[in-house]
Amino acid sequence: MEIKLKINGINKEVTIKEGEYLQSALKKLGFLNVRKGCETGSCGLCTVLLDGKPTLSCSTLAVRGIGKDITTLEGESVEVAKFAEVLTGEGADQCGYCSPGFTLTVIAMKRELESPTIDEIKHYLTGNLCRCTGYMGQLRAVKKYMEVK
Amino acid sequence: MNYVGEGIKKIDGMGLIKGASSYTEDIALGHNYLTVKLLRSPHAFARIKNIDTTIASKIEGIECILTYKDVTDKRFTLAGQSFPEPSPHDRRILGEFVRYVGDEVAIVAGKDEESVLKAMKLIKVDYEILEPILDFEKAIDHKTIIHTEKPYTSFNYGNEHMRNIAAQDLLVEGDVEEELANSDVVIEHSYHTQSQIHGMMENYIAVTYMDFQDRMNIISSTQIPFHVRRHVSKILDIPRSKIKVIKPRVGGGFGGKQTAPMEIYPALITKVTGKPAKLAYNRKETHTCTTTRHEMKLTVRLGATKDGIINAVDIHGLSNTGAYGEHAWTVFSVVGQKTLPMYRAKARRFYGEVVYTNMTTAGAFRGYGATQGTFALESAVNELAKKLDMDPSLIREKNLVKQGEINPTLNSFVGEKSIELASSTLDECITRGKEMIGWDKKYPMQKISPTKARGIGMAVTMQGSGIHGIDTASATLKLNDDGFYTLLVGVSDMGQGCDTVVAQMAAEILGVPVSKIIVNSTDTDVNPYDPGAYASSGTYVTGNAVIKAANLMVEKIVEGASKILNVPEEDIEFNGESLLLKDGKEISLDEIAYKLVSYKGQNQIMTTGTWGGYTSPPPFIAGFAEVEVDLETGKVEMVDYVAVVDCGTVINPNLARIQVEGGVAQGIGLALFEDIKYDAKGKMISDTFMQYKIPSRCDVGDIRVEFKPSFEPTGPFGAKSIGEVVINTSAPAIADAVANATGVRIRTLPITPEKVLMGIVNAEF
Repeated sequence: MEIKLKINGINKEVTIKEGEYLQSALKKLGFLNVRKGCETGSCGLCTVLLDGKPTLSCSTLAVRGIGKDITTLEGESVEVAKFAEVLTGEGADQCGYCSPGFTLTVIAMKRELESPTIDEIKHYLTGNLCRCTGYMGQLRAVKKYMEVK
Repeated sequence: MNYVGEGIKKIDGMGLIKGASSYTEDIALGHNYLTVKLLRSPHAFARIKNIDTTIASKIEGIECILTYKDVTDKRFTLAGQSFPEPSPHDRRILGEFVRYVGDEVAIVAGKDEESVLKAMKLIKVDYEILEPILDFEKAIDHKTIIHTEKPYTSFNYGNEHMRNIAAQDLLVEGDVEEELANSDVVIEHSYHTQSQIHGMMENYIAVTYMDFQDRMNIISSTQIPFHVRRHVSKILDIPRSKIKVIKPRVGGGFGGKQTAPMEIYPALITKVTGKPAKLAYNRKETHTCTTTRHEMKLTVRLGATKDGIINAVDIHGLSNTGAYGEHAWTVFSVVGQKTLPMYRAKARRFYGEVVYTNMTTAGAFRGYGATQGTFALESAVNELAKKLDMDPSLIREKNLVKQGEINPTLNSFVGEKSIELASSTLDECITRGKEMIGWDKKYPMQKISPTKARGIGMAVTMQGSGIHGIDTASATLKLNDDGFYTLLVGVSDMGQGCDTVVAQMAAEILGVPVSKIIVNSTDTDVNPYDPGAYASSGTYVTGNAVIKAANLMVEKIVEGASKILNVPEEDIEFNGESLLLKDGKEISLDEIAYKLVSYKGQNQIMTTGTWGGYTSPPPFIAGFAEVEVDLETGKVEMVDYVAVVDCGTVINPNLARIQVEGGVAQGIGLALFEDIKYDAKGKMISDTFMQYKIPSRCDVGDIRVEFKPSFEPTGPFGAKSIGEVVINTSAPAIADAVANATGVRIRTLPITPEKVLMGIVNAEF
């Protein structure tokens, strides 16, 4: 089946199989950094933004993306670069494999939450697992990026 | 110091966060790979009576199906260790026997996933089901024998395959029984540490193809590219000169990717078909069919005077290696090597067995046995303190090995010359850690409410830095024609930041910013030999090699400039950016670099340093945990974790701090949540992140880190390692904190609410 998806503001066509997930459709289109980590909606690596909301693309059917604004890392290059500066400044980037999904979630959170508490930040990001960093450095970076004290 | 000691950003960080194509999956494009999948055993132990692939082979798109009848019966180990491998050669590519649920039965390759999955369903396997061993405490002399053939072992480490024993170890100093008999107090307890899943975010993946020179190219997410080359060469009978291993960015390893659990399969498909092949494990295979941490039961006996002087440390261990013996003996021996030297005692002993079972194979995992040993020994020391009614920090003050002391078990192997502990600030780490956590105010516990109690607990530990007498790494520097350098190393950065750290060291000596040093650690054709990223060797071993190469580079530049300029070497001063001549002239490095490689100089400068250590200097950590326990449910919540670390000179404080925070968090997972569950027939059921819980950011509380640097004379700029030591204290410190909060001592990890609550209930009963 051929479907149209609007990704990072550009309309794309992709042929999908029945029951195909958005993550797989995006990979086919060359969005390689939409990664897959767990296949059970547990790790957050595959996060993209659907109409600005963080969404697990490994457990969202590709057809659910029709008519929505799909944003991958490439679509947020300015904010991604800003956050990357802060995160690397803390040394809080290790293997980097979880970074795309995590970074997109942080960007969405910045837009959604106004002066959040530390607990609210942790809660928002809790679905984004990281096995390398122990989360502390990420939190320091997020606080700086969001200008939270 | 300009670059060493600075929190320089990871050189690959910006690219990785911006999502640059960097990992195996990203760069393995455009080869039209065959999809490779492995048919796996549904039984924990069985013999394949018959296997029929006739119908499966007829599926459209299927290129190749291989069973044990089609492959060599050569035996080998997949552990990534320096040759001769100290792991038993007890594996085959495919065999008549399958030894755990998930063991490989057939290799299937086809044009796409659909055809391969279809074919896999149509392979008919007739199994003779055998009785498995699923309890490692019953493995020795069980009527089931898991490996009836004698495996090759490179030396005698006690493999008694007919008794299901993969390896044995004995490390002894003094007369343990006599010292125990002479002690005022003796405690004896058994501790159980569970197996653990590495849980790196990038699953295992490898792709293979023949290149234009008819050479086997392997792109793999691995910590051990040079060992992969050796494995594939030996197992598949391909000359090493015909194999190139490419290691892109690695999405986490933690020791898991120190075993090469899957590269041989696509390589074999490529060898047989001549076509490119790709094998990507899904999350379930990553959890089930690679390796885990070794499960262990460790019985500790401590003898002490009533004043708290430890006379004897005795540890008996039993380790579960699962179906195959990857890292069986080496992990086990590290249990003793990293516990016995901690405390001054007249006698000490570590001994025991590693056994085969019909469970997922165990292998290397950050901490490598020291984690298990530390949980047992440090828990026992804390229990000794309780028995003596003594502050556990005081008992450590009285007994811990100190800088400048000679220690007979420090160099790991009995019979070698005793080694002096050349650097340690562990005593300061403890003092500072106590201050940070508020020890004197909070120890042992505070009652928060009628139903909640907070306890604090501590533990200390050591690790090594590389493997002494074995690990040897090289680094090559190339002065490029435009006055910047390429640094070629063989160590694998899997996120820990070793590419950055070695660049900092080179920059320091060469006198240029880190941006002028391009680090290449990609490819076995190009990079000098390095055993790989394991045994906490990157900073220490490879770092020392980098220093040698960089010092040589400075010499060669001055020597080269002297020839071109016709000026004596002693009249040239090199400051990194330019060469200053005695007559006041200044020539930039860019200019001299170009002249050197050109017709005028005919001198492309490349220098290589090779280094291996005769000792493995230990980094230390003092860990302090504060937990809050719900007395009605038994739930343990992390409140605060303080880690104070002596890793010698801190080369990059930002990256080192993240290493500590990450290691502590992984240790918190081991302490509180992580548990591999099997069903009654031996199938792993916690095979996804849905069932197998690694800590989320809401589970770790606060983790606070400080450093108390020492200066290690053999280390690069005085540095020691940091990667592994940081995981070891979490579990014993947390167990003690829980005991202090509740009076319930948990000796079996993980410390689940159920165990704590049952302890509380039973105590009240």
